[in-house]
Amino acid sequence: MDALVIGTIIKVVLVLLVVSALAGFGTYIERKVLAFMQRRLGPAHVGPFGLLQIAADGIKLFTKEDIIPQNANKFIFSLAPVITAATAFIALSAVPLFPTFIIPESLPLIGGAIVPSVIADVNIGILFVLGMMAAGLYGPLLAGMAQANKWGILGSARTAIQFLSYEVVTGLSVLAPIMLVGSLSLIDFNNAQIGGVGSWIIWQQPIAFVLFLIAGFAETNRTPFDLLEHEAEIISGYVTEYSGLRWGMFFIGEYSNMFTISILAAVIFCGGYGDIGFIPGWLALLLKVVFFFFLMLWVRASWPHIRPDQLMWLCWKVLMPLAVINIVITGIVVMI
Amino acid sequence: MHEEIIHTNNTSKEKQNYTMLELGSTPAYGWPAFKQVVKRSLSRELFVGLWLTIKEMGKTLFLGGKHTTQYPFEKLPISPRYRAIHNMLRLLESGHYRCIGCGLCEKICISNCIAMETRYDENQRKEVSEYTINFGRCIYCGYCAEVCPELAIVHGGRYETASEQRASFSLFDDMLTPIDVLKQQQEFAGFGSVSPNADAAIKKTPLAY
Repeated sequence: MDALVIGTIIKVVLVLLVVSALAGFGTYIERKVLAFMQRRLGPAHVGPFGLLQIAADGIKLFTKEDIIPQNANKFIFSLAPVITAATAFIALSAVPLFPTFIIPESLPLIGGAIVPSVIADVNIGILFVLGMMAAGLYGPLLAGMAQANKWGILGSARTAIQFLSYEVVTGLSVLAPIMLVGSLSLIDFNNAQIGGVGSWIIWQQPIAFVLFLIAGFAETNRTPFDLLEHEAEIISGYVTEYSGLRWGMFFIGEYSNMFTISILAAVIFCGGYGDIGFIPGWLALLLKVVFFFFLMLWVRASWPHIRPDQLMWLCWKVLMPLAVINIVITGIVVMI
Repeated sequence: MHEEIIHTNNTSKEKQNYTMLELGSTPAYGWPAFKQVVKRSLSRELFVGLWLTIKEMGKTLFLGGKHTTQYPFEKLPISPRYRAIHNMLRLLESGHYRCIGCGLCEKICISNCIAMETRYDENQRKEVSEYTINFGRCIYCGYCAEVCPELAIVHGGRYETASEQRASFSLFDDMLTPIDVLKQQQEFAGFGSVSPNADAAIKKTPLAY
């Protein structure tokens, strides 16, 4: 078989395994970081440093009774978590994760396979990723409406609100870097910033970077925009009736999306997997992703969340005009 | 804030000096509201919040600023005034139990939960043959400990009283100090005594009000 095909299959399996594991590990990190910021301990008893808490949570989720409410639409109720988890992983297929490498010939069966940096280097990479993450919002939307629960309905309504608000900002904020690079492929973005820290797009597009981060927080349903399942207001929003494995799939989807947004921010604005001095590219990307992930937890510990009307106000009246102005200025500069 | 308030009549509003906080005005329409958002976004308030949490994280991780008490393994000290399961004390010299069987605790118990039987032993001294406290009825009022002339029955600090049997704590021998740990028997400091950490816990009283 073709070396690239084998490599791509290896990459697919790697991404699925690693990102699912990372989603679990993300919950552990989140609980630890939030605990430390609130002067607590976090999970500490299951395993060394509480690390096996992930396994304990997994066992709990897998062995829970699968409950479907009586009046729920059973088909859509079961489909919704799959949409969230699947779209989160499909979005990752067009995201470059690590530099391309070749498996040494000495290994049996898979020796010589070329593992590409990205599973599918489609030439509309950014559009594909953003579109897939947007399609992932069908998960919460359908889940909330299918479960015959008023909190679920409120959650879906908020999903629609949030979706309509941030999607414009996401699109417009990445438009300016796209104009600079002249391509939609994330590989091209990476290659455009290969010249070290000075060539990162963040220095040319700081406003676009901030706008993209804000929109990314809204896209991944993180504080300060965690409207969909804010417990103090709407119990759990769209996941009110979910439990066990179905709930776990929503969770994995949410954390995969956090990683996707972190990787996107790193690749589009912060140099991707280009080497920084003595730091090799894969480690550089990992460090950037870890920083953006930590930023999400940090912000969650620090800031209160905002109301839905404030989110709409912010996105439509502040962020969108800013993004448009940014695009106009970028366009003028590029023309000159 | 520091003006003297005369509490002669709390219902008359004229005599009370309320201090209004300066909350500013809420912007009612577009441009002032926008200016407020810009001011709040760019006035470092958001970053002050971020700095605070990262500082607390550093303190928790490196300076031992954790506030968690890992309860079953660590316990906070309780006050000597706390009234939990009773202890029966022994005489330090002879090791004999202090109770002289006078029956005052049984008499004063307002929930009738102490039951005792006494008899004369061979030296014609009172001996306690039966002594139980029904902890299903005890209200931990402390009268028994207060009335005891010999400081024989006192309240201990054993507040974790979940048990498989009602009788688990209530027999005389269970409450009596074990003879092998007689050296560690704590003398009851008496009602109104202060906590051992009272000096450390004391704080300067704010006198401004």
